[in-house]
Amino acid sequence: MFGIGFVLSLALSIFALGAFGVAVRRDPLVMFICIEMMFNAANLALVGLSRYLGLVQGHALVFIVVAVAAAEVAVGLGIIIAIFRTEKDVNVDHLSELRG
Amino acid sequence: MSTLLFVLFLPLGTAVFNRLFGARIGKTATAFVACASVVGAFAFAALSFYDLSDRVPLARHVVTPVYTFMTLGLFKAGFDLLLDPLSAVMICVVTGIGSLIHVYSAAYMEEEDAGEYARYFAYLNFFIFSMLTLVLAANFMVLFTGWELVGVSSYLLIGFFRGKDSAADAGKKAFIVNRVGDLGFLLAIFIIMSVFGTLDFAAVLGHADKLGAGTALATATALLLFMGAMGKSAQGPLHVWLPDAMEGPTPVSALIHAATMVTAGVFMVARCHAIFELSPTAMQVVAWTGGLTALFAATIALVQNDIKRVMAYSTLSQLGYMVMAVGLGAYTAGFFHLFTHAFFKALLFLGCGSVMHALHGELDMTKMGGLRRKLPVTHATFLVGAACLAGVPLTSGFFSKDEILLMALQGPHASLALWAIGYLTAACTAFYVGRLVFKTFYGETRLDHHHYEHAHESAWPMTLPLVILAAGSLLVGLLGLPRFATEWQPFEEWLAPVFSDLKPFAGGEAPPALVLWLMGLYTATVAFFGWLTWSWFARRNPLPDAVAKAMQPVHQLLWNKYYVDRFYDAVFVRGLLGYSRWAWRWVDQGLIDGAVNAAGWLAESAGDFLRNRVQNGSTRQYAAFLIAGVCLLLGLVLACKGALCCH
Repeated sequence: MFGIGFVLSLALSIFALGAFGVAVRRDPLVMFICIEMMFNAANLALVGLSRYLGLVQGHALVFIVVAVAAAEVAVGLGIIIAIFRTEKDVNVDHLSELRG
Repeated sequence: MSTLLFVLFLPLGTAVFNRLFGARIGKTATAFVACASVVGAFAFAALSFYDLSDRVPLARHVVTPVYTFMTLGLFKAGFDLLLDPLSAVMICVVTGIGSLIHVYSAAYMEEEDAGEYARYFAYLNFFIFSMLTLVLAANFMVLFTGWELVGVSSYLLIGFFRGKDSAADAGKKAFIVNRVGDLGFLLAIFIIMSVFGTLDFAAVLGHADKLGAGTALATATALLLFMGAMGKSAQGPLHVWLPDAMEGPTPVSALIHAATMVTAGVFMVARCHAIFELSPTAMQVVAWTGGLTALFAATIALVQNDIKRVMAYSTLSQLGYMVMAVGLGAYTAGFFHLFTHAFFKALLFLGCGSVMHALHGELDMTKMGGLRRKLPVTHATFLVGAACLAGVPLTSGFFSKDEILLMALQGPHASLALWAIGYLTAACTAFYVGRLVFKTFYGETRLDHHHYEHAHESAWPMTLPLVILAAGSLLVGLLGLPRFATEWQPFEEWLAPVFSDLKPFAGGEAPPALVLWLMGLYTATVAFFGWLTWSWFARRNPLPDAVAKAMQPVHQLLWNKYYVDRFYDAVFVRGLLGYSRWAWRWVDQGLIDGAVNAAGWLAESAGDFLRNRVQNGSTRQYAAFLIAGVCLLLGLVLACKGALCCH
């Protein structure tokens, strides 16, 4: 099967892709997906390390992360829909009313 | 001696009282409180004097510690008072003449309102306290304290008429010019402190040779001390403040700028003679400064028309005599002249005040004349004072001035050149005194009818001090008659313990023939100038104007006081103003304001930059920064960990 090195490398790649996506995409929905990718990369690393070290804490933590991510998506999508209703536009580069 | 505390603190107490409550208790009460305190101080001073004279001569040195400011290891800074023959004479003069001038002021200042009247007496009492602190000092610290306090009271009193710009300027000038001298005095005190480790007179002056006889250090100390004396006694190049100080009320000029404060420099040199004696160079500088100032001021007085200004230059000139005397090592003679001068110069100033009072502030002698019929008491007493100043035989000024001139010929540091200067000064003195008296009191009046008719003799509080001072001026000369005439030398014997450390003069007594010959010469000179001024000024005479015209350049030079004031104005005042303006424009506005504004501008533009370029609302950019930050931290952690692993 795959070794720990492979798992961590995969997690790092997914995380980096996610981070890159957050930084370059303008559509908030795609940014959300990228954030989810980063969460899941972290989850993958947790699971992989738990298995490798023979611990259960990592597995437990993954469930918490999934739960928090679900809650965050619910709030985030709510905000995006609210913005879309008022602005008819969800390009993040156009949304800068809250800057100082 | 607890009597000294009364001498010192009575005037201080009433000064505070009058300043706080004087405006409310009315003028009569104010004047009474002020006069009573100074008369009381005089009584206690006389008592101290008497106590001191009860002791054997060499035990006449009583130190009274009043209060200790601080103790630092072996050094103790204490408010200590020293009563010895020198300070005993000074406190009697200060409080005695001070009392008379207080009484005189009560009438002279009558026209001021109650608040100003109280302020005047508070300042005057405060001056008495300051001057007593100065003369009673038992160490350099207290001496310097008194020195500065008289400077402050002098400043306050010169600028008393605070509505007048000229008075305010004169006060400032006096204070600032004195600062120049005080700088030297302070430096001298620093040297003394570092050499002796103490400031007590007994420890310093008793072992002055620690400085080394004739060394550069001794010369420097003496000259720096003398710089202080030059400021206070208005000598040499620092004389400019004294003529301007006449802006103050006339009794103030009489008390502070003629009789007492300005003699502080002479007093200080006499007090510190042990240091001056170490350095012949310093003694020569002192003597020549005094002699040249005496002549310089006397020549200016020849042509001035303002009676108070003539008196001011005369004071400069007489102070020059005193300084010359102490520089010649003739301390007793110098101090005797200080003593007699205090009487007759106070008298002359008060006489000027009385004339001013009668003529509603007129000071120009060319507009006076014929006042002897209108002001008989002022005229008679003024004549006595003038006779003393000019050195008419048998008056006090005659004896004291002759003694100084004799010491210039036959003293420990005799110098024929200085005698000649002193003699010329005496001749000038006779001339300007004659001119002043005859132009003011004799001949046809040049006043308009209205003023002349309304001129009247002053009230008794003004004339009584004049009469007492006139009697004093005539009589105090008896305390120092020429040595060949009598064995009775009370003044010299009284001061002998103070100057007991000096070696007796090897040249011995002056031969009586020389003394008599000199006296004859002075008498002839005074008589000649008396006659000359009588014929020139007591009646209409075209000759003085013709002489002035013939000697136009000289007259102009003297009239403009040798252009010293103008020179100072051009060099120091304008120089400083120019420099200040430059400093204001370039340093203050350019550099300092520039730096402050630059700091503000920097903060503002940095803020602008952050607001517009960094916090620009672009979510993607924030995310990029976030990621970059995380990467940076992660890199740091890994790098540190790597570095730790290697060790």
